[in-house]
Amino acid sequence: MPASAPTPAPAPHAATGPILPLRLKGAEARRRGKRLVGPVDLELGREGFTIVMGPNGAGKTTLLRLMHGLERLAAGEIRWAVPMREARMRQAYVFQTPIMMRRSVVDSIAYPLRLRGVGRAEARARAARWAGRIGLAEALERPAPVLSGGEKQKLSLARALITGPEILFLDEPCASLDGRAMREIETLLLEARQGGMRIVMATHDMGQACRLASDVVFLYGGRVHESGPAEAFFNAPRTPEAAAFIKGDIVE
Amino acid sequence: MDGFAAGLWQAWKLIFTLDPDLYEIVFLSLRVTMSAVIIASAIGLPLGAWLVIKRFRARRFTIALLNALIGLPPVVVGLAVYMLLSRSGPLGVLGLLFTPTAMIIAQVIIITPLIASIAHQTMRDLWAEYHDLLLSMNASRAQRIAAILWDGRRALLTAMLAGFGRGIGEVGAIMIVGGNIDHVTRVLTTAIALETGKGNFAFAMGLGLILIALSLSVNLAIHWISRTERASVW
Ligand SMILES: Nc1ncnc2c1ncn2[C@@H]1O[C@H](COP(=O)(O)OP(=O)(O)OP(=O)(O)O)[C@@H](O)[C@H]1O
Ligand SMILES: [Mg+2]
Repeated sequence: MPASAPTPAPAPHAATGPILPLRLKGAEARRRGKRLVGPVDLELGREGFTIVMGPNGAGKTTLLRLMHGLERLAAGEIRWAVPMREARMRQAYVFQTPIMMRRSVVDSIAYPLRLRGVGRAEARARAARWAGRIGLAEALERPAPVLSGGEKQKLSLARALITGPEILFLDEPCASLDGRAMREIETLLLEARQGGMRIVMATHDMGQACRLASDVVFLYGGRVHESGPAEAFFNAPRTPEAAAFIKGDIVE
Repeated sequence: MDGFAAGLWQAWKLIFTLDPDLYEIVFLSLRVTMSAVIIASAIGLPLGAWLVIKRFRARRFTIALLNALIGLPPVVVGLAVYMLLSRSGPLGVLGLLFTPTAMIIAQVIIITPLIASIAHQTMRDLWAEYHDLLLSMNASRAQRIAAILWDGRRALLTAMLAGFGRGIGEVGAIMIVGGNIDHVTRVLTTAIALETGKGNFAFAMGLGLILIALSLSVNLAIHWISRTERASVW
């Protein structure tokens, strides 16, 4: 890493230690006085692949945003192992609806590096490698907003991974991907996890959850109904709502 | 229709005889207004972005004020700048009255609110789109402003063109602070006013057609430049 870089390159954990565990105590998100999520008590350890599940409107997106700091904390507390300001630099988030900047594919993926003071040429070179890994090597100079829905989701993922975050939040990143693309993405995510990245992902896809999860958080009506190791959750859910959800029943 | 045809004829004659006075006037018009647009953009574009991003108590009021300032009568702006720059005024020592610089100052005041306001409106939409992403990426305030300025550049160009249109056709302020002095501060609009006053309608009409042609070609040139930009889908 060049010593002259204005902002430290990714993965500066050596300086201050890991950002995890993350602790939520009575954390709540409200909009116009109405409670959307919470109170949530939850701890995310250093390792693992947490899948957040629950029916539509259960609060998965809100919970992820709350943890990432995009949603205002109305009550309770959320604590990283390092100061908040620093924790922000070491996370990444993939939105449920991809947000595409009005830039080319390669410049879009390179953007987080540029924000961290990486030079244009180097940032673009690294972005081009990531584009290759998600099958967008041919589309480097194409404007990101004209990509297909699935391509946008893949771009979002590459853009999130490029800075090497210590924790990655994903909000249904495979919602409009075909089977093959989904496998590619899952491979990327498992690789990232091998590399020590902590992953928290919301999904509806039961098969995907089974393949990836090390532990599960089951949300229902804005509350954590169940959380624990994935195997236990899938084989022996403790609440009738979770059991019904796993069976694919409509949870009222 | 006679006057129009005569004007057209005058315009052709002036252009194709390479009338040096005409070219001087056209050049000064462009110089004054383009300088004003550049300065007004340097103020107005970041101001528009800042008003989108920064939440402060007087924000709504500032935006309303900006929109109101678009309606500032140029004559009044001219008068105010005149009083500032006149020998007995606070900036009189600079000796700027009746110079192109004075005209640029007046036009900057007239154009800046327009550019800032249009820029603000277009960037507000872009900001709504980018907000969560930039926040998630921990972009600093300066980086956020840079992102929406850069990604909104085509819309911002439109704002600048609007400013150019207002400036190039403006006569009230530059007449007062420039004085319409031959070979010094005479521009197309003040020349038209003068010729009309003298009853040289054909000549005035000729100048008017040249003014319109000038304005159109600048717009088309900018449009063409931004069209040919590679990523031209948005
Ligand atoms: N800005 C908002 N204002 C008011 N209500 C909101 C707002 N954002 C979310 N909600 C509500 O909060 C609840 C939780 O929403 P959230 O998006 O977190 O659900 P979700 O579990 O992600 O659903 P999905 O599976 O459909 O993505 C929903 O009832 C939603 O309508
Ligand atoms: Mg959601």
